[in-house]
Amino acid sequence: MSLDVNDLAVYYRTLRGDVRALDGVSFSLADGEIMGLAGESGSGKSTLGKSLIRMDARMRHVAGTVRLDGAELPVADDARMVPFRFHQVSLVPQYAMSALNPTRRIGRMVRELVRSRGVDYAGVHPELLRRLELVGLDEQVLRRYPIELSGGMKQRVVMVVSTLLNPSLLIADEVTSALDVSTQRAVAEALAGFRDRGFVKSMVFVTHDLALVHQIADTIMVMYAGRPAEKASSRTIIEAPRHPYTRMLISSLPEVGVTFAGKRLQGIPGRPPGLLDPPPGCRFRDRCPLAFDKCAEQPPFAEVAPGHWAACWKAE
Amino acid sequence: MLDLRQVTKTYRVGAFGGERLHAVRGVDLAVAPGEVVSLIGESGSGKSTIGKMVLRLIAPSAGAITFEGRDVAAVRGHRATKEYYRRVQGVFQDPFSCFNPVFTADRVFGLIRAEYHRSASAAAWRARVEEALATVRLDPAQVMGKYPHQLSGGQLQRLLIARALLLDIRMLVADEIISMLDASTRIDVLNLLGDLKARGLGILFITHDLSLGNYISDTAVILRRGRVVEKGPTGEVFAAPAHPYTRRLLSSVPQLHTTWEQADAALRAGGERACPGCARGGQPGAHGPVELAPGHHVGCFTAQD
Repeated sequence: MSLDVNDLAVYYRTLRGDVRALDGVSFSLADGEIMGLAGESGSGKSTLGKSLIRMDARMRHVAGTVRLDGAELPVADDARMVPFRFHQVSLVPQYAMSALNPTRRIGRMVRELVRSRGVDYAGVHPELLRRLELVGLDEQVLRRYPIELSGGMKQRVVMVVSTLLNPSLLIADEVTSALDVSTQRAVAEALAGFRDRGFVKSMVFVTHDLALVHQIADTIMVMYAGRPAEKASSRTIIEAPRHPYTRMLISSLPEVGVTFAGKRLQGIPGRPPGLLDPPPGCRFRDRCPLAFDKCAEQPPFAEVAPGHWAACWKAE
Repeated sequence: MLDLRQVTKTYRVGAFGGERLHAVRGVDLAVAPGEVVSLIGESGSGKSTIGKMVLRLIAPSAGAITFEGRDVAAVRGHRATKEYYRRVQGVFQDPFSCFNPVFTADRVFGLIRAEYHRSASAAAWRARVEEALATVRLDPAQVMGKYPHQLSGGQLQRLLIARALLLDIRMLVADEIISMLDASTRIDVLNLLGDLKARGLGILFITHDLSLGNYISDTAVILRRGRVVEKGPTGEVFAAPAHPYTRRLLSSVPQLHTTWEQADAALRAGGERACPGCARGGQPGAHGPVELAPGHHVGCFTAQD
C-alpha cells in the first residue's frame, strides 16, 4: 500500500462554525494505482486532495491519519510537511496557467525551485530535458516566459516539473478542466504515461468528469457531501455501480449518440445538504429514491465485493 | 428566423494594430423557430464571437445578420434596440456573476417590468412571473425574495432563463450555459432548453462539449479557427462525420462506454479520405462548403489557419 488514509476529517473554519468538508474518509492506494476522485462541487474532493499536501489557513485537521509508504504523513503540521512536499508528495494544480512565475523564464524558475528543495540542479537537468521531450516539448521552452506558451504547453511543463523528483504520490487537481477536448486527452494520457514509466508511484486524479477519468484511472472513488460514497475499479463504477448516487449520476450524463428526443435523461432532484451542520445519517438520504428508516443511521463505507466499497445500506 | 450570411469578424492585434486576427470567417448559418442549433468548437474557434454578434454586443466586420427578415446592424436608436432585445436574449456561462448581489430575485424581475412592461398591472405581472418560473421549473416560494448567494448555480441559471422568458423572446443565445453546473443539475437545464424549443423558440446553443451539443440540438455546426468545418443534422454529423477535424475531435471526446483506444481504432478503420470539394475541381483551401447529403455541408479539408 503506498497511501493509506484512515478516518480523515478536515473542517473549514468560518464565522458561523465549522464546515465539515471532509468527514471520516478512509481509503488506500496500491502501488502504481491511479485513483480518480470524482464528485460534484462541495463534495470535498478538492479538500481531500489539498489535505494530502498542504492545508490552507482556513482548514483544520480534526481527526484521522495519513500514511505514505509506511511512514506517517504529518498533514496537520505545515512545517513538518515541508520535507515531504515535492520529494514525496507533489501536486499539479488546477490552473497551471497561474502556477508559473510570470517574471521568470521557465528554466530559471525550475532551477530556483529545485535548489530551494536542497537538490543539485545539474543532477536533474538531463532528466528534465528527457521528460520535456516525452511530453512533446523541446529544450526551447526553458528559455521562454510562461506567457509565451499555450495553456496545454503550460500544463505539460507544470506536470514535468511537479514529478521531477519522482514523488511517491501525485495529486492532479482538475488538471484537464480548463483545456480543450484534444488537449485534455493529451494531458490525461501523459499523466498515465508518467505512472507507467515510474515517475510517480501512485496518483489521485481529482475531477468532476467521470467520462474522462475512467479513460486513465484504475479505480474511481465517488464522493458526496464530504464522505466517500463508493470506490471500485473504473469499469465497475461505470458499468455496475451499487450506490444509488453513483447510479443516478452516471445515468444523468449525456453521451454522444443520446439525444433529448430519443431518450430524455433525468437529473437528481434536490441539492446536497449544507455542511455547516449536516443532518445525521446518510447524507444522500433526502435525494435518494431508495431511502428507508435505517438511513437515519450513517452507513459504513464497507467492502461489498472484493475491491468494491460502498456507503449504503442497500448496496449488498 | 435568424440568418447569418458570410459573417466575418476581424480584430486588429499587435503593438500598432498592424496584424489581423480573423476570429470569424465567412460563416453562414440559419436558425428556424423551434430549432436548436449548436455551435461547437474549441477555444479560439469563434463560437462565442458569433453569439455576441447576434446579441449586438459586437459588430461584424463583414457580412449580414438578419433576424426575422430585418438586418440586425440596421437596428439603431433606443426604441428599436429595446424592441430587438424584447425578441432576442442571451444567457451566459457564469450565473454567479450575472446578478447584482444586493438585488433579490423579485427586484431582478421588477427591472424587466420597469423597462418593458410598464402597463402591466401588479396582478397580471405576478401571474406572468409565476408562469415563467413554472416553465423553468422553479418553485416561486423557493426563489422569490432570495438573494443570489442563497441560490444554487442551477437555480440561478434557470432564473436567468425565466427572466428572458418574461420578454416575448423568439430567440435565445445560450453561451456555455451549463459548463459551470454540476453533472446532476446540468441535465435539467438541458431538458429545459428542449422544452423551450417545443414552444417554438429558436436556440443558438454554444458549447465546447460535444456530448452536450449532441444531446439537445437539431443542427450541429462544428467551428475551427473561425470557419465552419462541418454543418448538418446533428445525428448525421455525429454518426458519420466527414471532415478529418470533426472525426479527430469526436474520437478525443471521453465517453463512458468507449475507451480512447477503441475510438482510435475506429478512426483508423475509417481510413483517410480525400476532400470532396477538391475532388470536384475546387481550389484547395479556397473553395466553399460542399453539400454531401441534404443539409450536410463540409468545408475544405486543406483550409488552414
